[in-house]
Amino acid sequence: MCLAAPSRITAIQEGGFLAEVESFGNKRTVGLTLVPEAKVGDYVLVHAGFAVQILDEEAALDSLKAWEEILAAAKGGA
Amino acid sequence: MHKEILKRFRDPELGRQMAEQVRERLDRLTDRLGRRVNVMEFCGTHTAAISRTGIRELLKPHVHLMSGPGCPVCVSDYVDIDRVIALAGMSGAIIATFGDMMKVPGSRTTLLEEKARGADVRVVFSSLDALAIARENADRAVIFVGVGFETTAPTAAVTVEQAVQEGRDNFFLYSLHKITPPAMMALLPDRDLQVDGILLPGHVSLITGRGYWDFLSRDLALPGVVAGFELLELLSAVDALASSLLEERCAVINAYGRAVREEGNLSALDALARCFDLQEGHWRGLGIVPASALKLKPELAPWDAEVRFPLENRPAAPPKGCLCGEILKGKKTPFDCPLFASRCEPARPVGPCMVSHEGTCATYYRYERFIR
Repeated sequence: MCLAAPSRITAIQEGGFLAEVESFGNKRTVGLTLVPEAKVGDYVLVHAGFAVQILDEEAALDSLKAWEEILAAAKGGA
Repeated sequence: MHKEILKRFRDPELGRQMAEQVRERLDRLTDRLGRRVNVMEFCGTHTAAISRTGIRELLKPHVHLMSGPGCPVCVSDYVDIDRVIALAGMSGAIIATFGDMMKVPGSRTTLLEEKARGADVRVVFSSLDALAIARENADRAVIFVGVGFETTAPTAAVTVEQAVQEGRDNFFLYSLHKITPPAMMALLPDRDLQVDGILLPGHVSLITGRGYWDFLSRDLALPGVVAGFELLELLSAVDALASSLLEERCAVINAYGRAVREEGNLSALDALARCFDLQEGHWRGLGIVPASALKLKPELAPWDAEVRFPLENRPAAPPKGCLCGEILKGKKTPFDCPLFASRCEPARPVGPCMVSHEGTCATYYRYERFIR
C-alpha cells in the first residue's frame, strides 16, 4: 500500500496537474497537485498515482558519507 | 543519479559492516535489560522489507522485531468490506479500488468473487484512474474505495476536489482511510507487548513530517526512528534506536532524511484538512478506535458514498481460527495461527494479513518459512 517508487520528472503538463515521470525505464503520468513546487529533472516519490515528495539527493549522499565514515572509523579502531 | 544512490544504499559490504555495529550495540542492550530488546515495525512495507533483506533473520538473536498493524488493507474491518460488497451489488454501480482489496474477505465473500458473479469491480492504481472511469461512464455511479493511511488519503482528497471542480456528480469516495497515531496509542501502552522502541513508517512520514511523532516520546516515553526501506536505511534506523535506548534518550529521530522533512508535505496536509474530518473507525484486531477514520466533511456529502448510499450495518463474524486480529497487534506471529500455510495461503487467503503484499502473514509465508 505504502510503496513509493523514486521517479524522475521528464515533463510537466500545462496547468501543473499532471507530470510525466520515468522510473527504471517505465514512463507514466502522475498527479502533481501534492508537490506543486516540483520541477522537470527532480526525483520524486510516487505513491498511488501521485508524486508525494521530492527526494533530497544531498541528504541521501550525506547519509552515505556519514555511514561510510563511521564504519571506516570503527574498522580502523578495531 | 538517484539510481546510483539507491544501489549504494543496498551495498552488501557496507551492510555487513553496519550489521556488525548494530549487533554489537544490541548485545550491550541485551546485557543491560536481561532480555532481547522489543522493537515494533509499525509499517507493513517495513515488515516486508525487513524480511526480504534478511535483516529479521540476521538480527533475530539480538532483537525481537515485531510486526505491527501498519497495513491499511489488513486492518480494514469485515463490516466495511461487507458494505463495499453490498455497494458492488447495486444496479449499474462500478466499484474501483486497489488490487489488494479484491481478495480481502468480508464475512461471506470477497470483491473478486462478486466480480466473478457479475459485479462491475475494477482494479485501479490511482484515484485519478477511478475519476477517469467516472468521466467515461457518466450515467453510472462510480464508487472509488479508498484505503490507506496518511500517505494515500491526500491523493483521494485532491481527486475528490477535482471531481467537485469538474461538477462530476457520478463519482463517489468510500473512504476507508485511517490515521496511524490513534492505533499506536491503542496498542503501544499494552503491557503484554513490552515494546521498547518503534520503527516509524517512512512514507506516512513523507506527508506528516517527523514532528508528527513527538507524542511517542512525550506521552508514551518511547523512542522512535523514522526509517527508510533500503538495506542500509533499515540497519541504520535499528542502530539509531539501539543508540537511543543505550543512552536512555527518549526522542523521535529522522533516519530517512532523503525523503522526510521536519514539517512534512504541507500541500498534502492542507488537502487532508480541507476534505476530511476524523471519526471513530473500525480496525480489525483493535476494534473501534476513536478519531482514527478519515471521512469526507459534510460539505462534500454529495461525493461521499457512505452518505449517498446508506446501508444497514449488519455485524459480521470473523472466520473461525483466523488470528489476524492478534497478529496485527503484534501479540501473535503467523506461526501461532493454525490456518497459516495450511488452509490460509496467498492463493486462497482466509484472513486479510495473507491478502496484502505487506500483510504480516503474506510476508512470513514468502520469506520466513522453513520447508521442513
